Amino acid sequence: MTDSTRQPGPPKKPLTLAEQVKQQKQTYDQQAYQRLADSVKPRPRVIVNALNAFWIGGIISALAQIITLIFASAGLNPRDAASATVIVMIFLGAFLTGLGIYDEIGKVAGAGSIIPITGFANSIVAPAMEFKREGFVFGVAARMFTIAGPVLVYGFIVSVLIGLIAYFLK
Amino acid sequence: MSAPKRVGQHTIQFANPPVIVATASIVGPKEGEGPLGNTFDMVIDDSYFGEETWEKAERKMLEEAVKMVIAKAQLKPQDIDFLLAGDLLNQTISANYAARTLGIPFLGLYGACSTMYEGMALAAILIDGGFAHHVVAACSSHYDTAERQYRFPTEQGVQRPPTAQWTVTGAGAVLMAPVGNGPRITHATIGRVLDVGIKDPNDMGSAMAPAAVDTIVRHFQDTGRGPVDYDLIITGDLGRVGHEIATKLLGEQKYDVSKNYSDCGILIYDHERQDTHAGGSGCACSAVVFAGHLMGKLNEGRYKRILGVGTGALLSTTATQQGESIPGIGHGVVIEKL
Amino acid sequence: MSIVMAFLIGGLICLVGQLIMDLTPYKVTPAHILVGFVTGGAILSALGLYGPLVKIGGAGATIPISGFGHNLAQGTLEAVQAKGLLGAFSGGITAGAAGIAAAVIFGFTMAVLFNPRG
Repeated sequence: MTDSTRQPGPPKKPLTLAEQVKQQKQTYDQQAYQRLADSVKPRPRVIVNALNAFWIGGIISALAQIITLIFASAGLNPRDAASATVIVMIFLGAFLTGLGIYDEIGKVAGAGSIIPITGFANSIVAPAMEFKREGFVFGVAARMFTIAGPVLVYGFIVSVLIGLIAYFLK
Repeated sequence: MSAPKRVGQHTIQFANPPVIVATASIVGPKEGEGPLGNTFDMVIDDSYFGEETWEKAERKMLEEAVKMVIAKAQLKPQDIDFLLAGDLLNQTISANYAARTLGIPFLGLYGACSTMYEGMALAAILIDGGFAHHVVAACSSHYDTAERQYRFPTEQGVQRPPTAQWTVTGAGAVLMAPVGNGPRITHATIGRVLDVGIKDPNDMGSAMAPAAVDTIVRHFQDTGRGPVDYDLIITGDLGRVGHEIATKLLGEQKYDVSKNYSDCGILIYDHERQDTHAGGSGCACSAVVFAGHLMGKLNEGRYKRILGVGTGALLSTTATQQGESIPGIGHGVVIEKL
Repeated sequence: MSIVMAFLIGGLICLVGQLIMDLTPYKVTPAHILVGFVTGGAILSALGLYGPLVKIGGAGATIPISGFGHNLAQGTLEAVQAKGLLGAFSGGITAGAAGIAAAVIFGFTMAVLFNPRG
């Protein structure tokens, strides 16, 4: 727990010795139990998961590259071809989520389908669709950004900071 | 000041053990395909159960299970003195809204996944205390309503860690009376809330196991019994991880449960085939396994006496996000076919 | 050839993300991964390290969400050159506008058209 989440309150009384001993014993017990739990818990299959993330993430990227090449051969300059590709990939991610296929891919791929921009689209459509029953304002529109919101917030903050640094270093 | 119906420190011993007259269970498609599929009264083939939302589907399952158990006992809703019910959703809406239609005097419960056993213990207290003739205890849970409340939207492409458990879609109901044919509830050991500092909401088995063990050990101490006195000791939804921890912890206390200890969360799914990771969870997990599988075995005479421990992880998304650890509870009930 | 390079670079970026998720405590959720990769991509891009990756990998570097961060950072830097201080604020979002608008429009449409299957 971080201190920033604590509510302000009266200053704490110093603990008596007995309380300190009790607290330490509790921490010790918790650590001992955590060790027991860790010894029993199945581990994630790190290598299998990593390989799955690699090949599925790779395939999504390769598909995007093919789309970029098609746009480029149609006469778009590299930059517009890249933008158009992003739009197409977002559409694909959103559409597969609507069909209920993207979460099945995600079970196998993990980060392989979270990190590509299709995963960003998935993170928008999934809550929007799920909370449609709560209405179009508080449901669809508000929930759409549960995960995408933080991405945009930190993306914007970093990009503005970069801009400010670049401006003052110039 | 002595309480005549108590033994030991925390255990209730019923003077006239109430009878479980009937049980009813409704489950979703996945549970129907599981190893216990043929023990349930009804398997719905669609997780929406003909409703618009999953919340409404869960409520309808609970309602239908209560109606079914009353019909099985050849009674009418007005014959029921109390309905004790609960579920996992915020403000226990499934139970409250189901009670709205049923019109039975209602006491809402929240014990997370231990709700069924909490309800059975309270129902037995009401009956043995002479406050009621017929009491229905019921609860429900639904995979999709629980996922969207506690974790991610169902269509989000996320990987579940191997310790994660699968919330059972279903509803179970138990009708109890002072007399009749059927197994009886002889003892109840009410759980204490224990927190061992587990914070991972995807690892509820580890969070709940110590609470279940605490209840089992106190039960043995209070009654002077041990594992050999029971045909089966069964916890609610510890899953494979919690089951293994509980077995070890009981072993440390010199109770050998390796032969007759199981867990509803392990029984309800075929975890290799059904991709359920550590096992089942949710209110309905212990409820439908009891109402279907265990009642069947008790009525057949396969089991003479079992100790069921309903386990609950008392977490909320708010507490988890604020970094709180997950407290657990376990309510023990002894069911005997005399 | 560029398709193979996209496969390799895109795959490697995802592999790193998967390792971060599996080898750190449970608190690292998909949302944390997405936020981390966007900010990471933007910072690497500002330091001039992401650009070469895009040259080699093409879509393999632009399609992962770190490429979105790269896009934001490059947009800001160019706008600062052209418009000064105002560019620091408008550049990134302008560069990301197509992606963000597409995500909102397609996200909304799909949510209206489909229901979750569970």
